[in-house]
Amino acid sequence: MTTVLEVSGLTLDFRQDGRNLRVLDGVSFRVEAGRTLAIVGESGCGKSVTSLAVMGLLPGTARVGGAIRLGGRELTALSAEERRMLRGGEMAMIFQEPMTSLNPAFTAGEQVAEALRLHQGLDQGAAFAEAVRMLDRVRIPDAARRARQYPHQLSGGMRQRVMIAMALACRPRLLIADEPTTALDVTVQAQILSLLDEMKRETGTAVILVTHDLGVVADHADEVAVMYAGRIAEQAAAATLFASPEHPYTAGLLGAAPGEGARGERLASIEGTVPDLRNPPPGCRFAPRCPFAVVRCHNEAPPLAEVAPGHVSACWRAPLDGVLAAA
Amino acid sequence: MSALLEAEGLVKRFPVRDALGRRAGAVHAVDGVSLGVAQGEVLGIVGESGCGKSTLGRLLLNLITPDAGTVRFGGDDLTRLSASALRARRRDMQLIFQDPFASLDPRMTVEQAVAEPLRLHRIVPRAQERDRVAELLSRVGLRPELARRWPHEFSGGQRQRIAIARALASQPKLIIGDEPVSALDVSVQAQVVNLLSDLIRDLSLTFVLISHDLGVVRHVADRVAVMYLGRIVEQGPAEDVLSAPKHPYTRALLAAVPGHGAKAPPIEGDVPSPIAPPPGCRFHTRCPFAVERCRTDQPTLGDGLHRVACHLADSLPPPTPRPDRLAGGDRLRRLQSFFRAPGPLPGAQP
Repeated sequence: MTTVLEVSGLTLDFRQDGRNLRVLDGVSFRVEAGRTLAIVGESGCGKSVTSLAVMGLLPGTARVGGAIRLGGRELTALSAEERRMLRGGEMAMIFQEPMTSLNPAFTAGEQVAEALRLHQGLDQGAAFAEAVRMLDRVRIPDAARRARQYPHQLSGGMRQRVMIAMALACRPRLLIADEPTTALDVTVQAQILSLLDEMKRETGTAVILVTHDLGVVADHADEVAVMYAGRIAEQAAAATLFASPEHPYTAGLLGAAPGEGARGERLASIEGTVPDLRNPPPGCRFAPRCPFAVVRCHNEAPPLAEVAPGHVSACWRAPLDGVLAAA
Repeated sequence: MSALLEAEGLVKRFPVRDALGRRAGAVHAVDGVSLGVAQGEVLGIVGESGCGKSTLGRLLLNLITPDAGTVRFGGDDLTRLSASALRARRRDMQLIFQDPFASLDPRMTVEQAVAEPLRLHRIVPRAQERDRVAELLSRVGLRPELARRWPHEFSGGQRQRIAIARALASQPKLIIGDEPVSALDVSVQAQVVNLLSDLIRDLSLTFVLISHDLGVVRHVADRVAVMYLGRIVEQGPAEDVLSAPKHPYTRALLAAVPGHGAKAPPIEGDVPSPIAPPPGCRFHTRCPFAVERCRTDQPTLGDGLHRVACHLADSLPPPTPRPDRLAGGDRLRRLQSFFRAPGPLPGAQP
């Protein structure tokens, strides 16, 4: 497999009220060609800023540390202009709300064509023709007519298809989809996610899928990184993670999602709230909410350690079979 | 069980105007809905955006006036009550909204927000107000010391608890929750779902839960009504509707819930515009089973415990079983058992 993106020891700091706010604290992962890595976690865990850091879309006040390599090229060493030229070409991103990412003053076709003119040097006519072809590929019915319509004339699902067409027009090596279906209804969500899977298979693009929805992860990811309070808590192949999680947070999160469970059965409830990053707990950041925490968990931050080949967990008590045996 | 709430033939249309302000049709938000909710029952109303579920919730509380139909609450026809009689009746009916950041007045402390309905409906004498607020806060799992704080000092989950305490203050007989946990993160959502389940059980509340999330509805509802483009397409005991769905739309809705290994989307296309809903069965434009009759004849819901508005309901092939990929095994369930608080939340018993 070809590694498309390798992130190692990624840190992100902001200054806030004269104090340092560490939003990402040593995040590492890699994404292979034609595979999907899901980054999953709740609000504020750092999943979205991780993707913005990779894209180079963070504001100037952000200080990024660590390494981000796209196809062996170190992105953090590039100039702002060089980063800009990568976006929409070698790497592309789609966001949650397509209405705010599309320009209301241009037609769908013009917006897809713009990327093609900019990155592939096509002339106006050729770019528009290619844009219509792309819109057809993302299965927009009657693509030639839709290409001449403005975003407000399209449904939410249709707009997200336009975003996907725009993102994939230049055959990027990496596509980041940040909550791409969160604003959509469930039947339309199923259509968009299956389209993304299909496009990934056809083009071999590496995909990072940022989501809060574990069901989406279970159906559409190859690898999963679970984030909590700016760090990766656990990472494994998707099937492994769902069958035998090795971080208490992952286990709790899986039990909190109401699924097929019986009516009235209590959901697993992770008591308390996520820590304030201005004043994070000194040890494991999940320790204050963890039913398995011991003294060490409150004092020392656990490193991501391998519990099985390809399965890492940042937990002093992993593998958790020992915890269950003692209970 | 007798029906506490009974709606009959509800219709609500919202006029649409063009750029010059001329009438250009209407959104058929709710189009002939009848349902009943028994005392102590939890009814889940599910459907996707634009299906009319929120409009229906507001019609049930008579917050908006129907174009046709009636809503009876404890014997009174709400649509015919005088303004003052209706105001008095409001004490018994409360609404919880989705967005806890928008539903609390930022200029009122928690105590003022929760005490307002107490004072409005003269529930307790002034002197007992503070104690009552403290009791309500502990009932929803908040420390009474937080009463002097302002809404902006609380997280989304805590604000939703405050909104629930406020809704409980007037000792209502009926609460309608319109996507009450949809804006919350999953771990916080679980806390609030558990809280709602406890309150429904302990206070014998009659509850109408409007939600797009079938998992949440499965968890708390006794009965479920599925809406599509302003109409109920299927209705029945929650277990029957969600485990053995009869309507092709209910099946598609369930099959589209991620986490079950589905590779292909169950249905294509978008929901048609409610300004010009399709004739016949409104789902026929997306239904994989539709026949000629579905394009012209509007199916009715029928009778019985489990009702379905579909011409083909009895002749459809059985739905394909779907594995639950999030269920995990025995080991995961044992791990999760450590996260389940053993009983009601601390302070839940006054």
